[in-house]
Amino acid sequence: MDSAQVQFERALLSMDRIHCRSLLEEALAQGDLGGVEALVGPALNRIGDRWEAGELALTQVYMAGRICEDLLSELGPVHPAPAAGSPVIGVGTLLDQHQLGKRIVLASLKAGGFRVLDYGQGLEPRELAQAALRDQVPILMVSVLMAASARRVRELRDALGEGPDRPRLVVGGAPFRLDPALAGAVKADAVGHTGLDAVHIAQRILEETCAL
Amino acid sequence: MRPLSHAERVFTALSHREPDRVPLALNLVLRGARELGMGIREYFQRPENIVEAQLRLQARHDSDVLFGFFHAALEYEAWGGEVVFAEDGPPNSGLPLLPRSAPLSSLRPPHIPASQGLRKVLEATAAMKARVGETLPILGVALSPFSFPVMQLGFDRYLELLLEDREGFRRLMDMNIPACQAWANAQLAAGASAIVYFDPLASPDLVPRELYRATGYETALRTFAGIQGPTVTLLASGRSLAVLDDLAATGTLGVGVGVHDDLGRVKAACQGRLTIIGNLNGLAMVGWTPQEAERQVRDAIARAGAGGGFILCDAHGEIPWDVPDDTLLAVAEAVRTWGRYPLAESPVHA
Repeated sequence: MDSAQVQFERALLSMDRIHCRSLLEEALAQGDLGGVEALVGPALNRIGDRWEAGELALTQVYMAGRICEDLLSELGPVHPAPAAGSPVIGVGTLLDQHQLGKRIVLASLKAGGFRVLDYGQGLEPRELAQAALRDQVPILMVSVLMAASARRVRELRDALGEGPDRPRLVVGGAPFRLDPALAGAVKADAVGHTGLDAVHIAQRILEETCAL
Repeated sequence: MRPLSHAERVFTALSHREPDRVPLALNLVLRGARELGMGIREYFQRPENIVEAQLRLQARHDSDVLFGFFHAALEYEAWGGEVVFAEDGPPNSGLPLLPRSAPLSSLRPPHIPASQGLRKVLEATAAMKARVGETLPILGVALSPFSFPVMQLGFDRYLELLLEDREGFRRLMDMNIPACQAWANAQLAAGASAIVYFDPLASPDLVPRELYRATGYETALRTFAGIQGPTVTLLASGRSLAVLDDLAATGTLGVGVGVHDDLGRVKAACQGRLTIIGNLNGLAMVGWTPQEAERQVRDAIARAGAGGGFILCDAHGEIPWDVPDDTLLAVAEAVRTWGRYPLAESPVHA
């Protein structure tokens, strides 16, 4: 990591918005959108990895994502606008009302240059499946907090059907961290534990589906 | 050693001495609905149901504690929230109590005598106490003032308050702490032997230790000062190692540790200060065979049982609905086999 990346990560973890903003503005002043991406993406990735390793708290992951989301919004687009027909990733919270995981995933996907569709929270499995099928999203990312909600991902998966163009179902949340076998049991296509996982999984699935 | 009563077994372990065997604390409250052949909503309507089911399940598993607890959403309901019932899981809290734009001052703490749900818990606790006297400890549960705001405000708004509005946080704690103390003390007065202080946000998985020291730790100190009985702190599956010194300094007697905690390291850090409560993986338990259940119990006891100061429990504090009965019976049998003091030499699996 270069010095700016280290500084940006530190500034995020200490919630120093002013320093974060100045580092992003310096990168933008060089007229290089890639410079901004080189700060934001790796910082969020490392923060997510360090949470997964038990070094950081979820609070820090959430606030880092939110600061990046806010600053990128204030500073204007740093990614080339996705083409009108480019794929959209659906994101929602199944049954539970808590949105923290969903917001972390949304922030990471946006920082990664993806178009996203936020389906909200407290969603019934059939309701979410219908929305994803209606919108023809190639990937549906679902966050849950409660174990009982995680088990009902199976209903969601069944409601998505078996068509070749059905949305690929990606799950995340505490129950899936605590029980590594759970994602398979509910027939999810993939499981992610961090915002970085969400980005990598989305890239992989889109590459695979484009190759079909 | 003569066989001890359940209460003697638990209190000896809490005193960091070896009882006759490792105590077993299975929270089987939710499963009582199945035991009585009822739906979950119907089951929680009457305190008599909880009492009857708890006593039956305790006897079947030879568990060493009873729980006066119904479900975590009950306190949220007492504050005005709407509980969402499921057919196969614990009742869940619905939308946060406060809409995002509403001020903290619009929160209204519950008046316990006026809360039908809280009254049922007190009635169940008193009825259990009348049935078991001093032979079985009864655990009450109180959501910590520090963690409860996740239900009051929603996770994201609360984290923003915690990090960016310390004055707002202080005002919220000024409201939550007396409410928590009143609820804990009401359960103690009804017959609870100790209070499980449910504090998932104390885990460094969720809140960094430095922030916890300045917020949740101070909250626990203030809260415990007004609770008229012993407490144990449950982190609800979160890691505990980094905050064990802090938890011990709050005066709590024990800590519920997470599945990602290394029990051996936790044991070394807790020695003589905190009783370890845990840490079977309740979610994975759904897929365990009886043989796997025995192996997990044996490993946990081998890592944390020596010298007392250990109570076998799941890592979250509630056994999930769909764990097979045979698995739970295998857990109970394994404690009787491998938990007898002095402990047999037992391999510790990596």
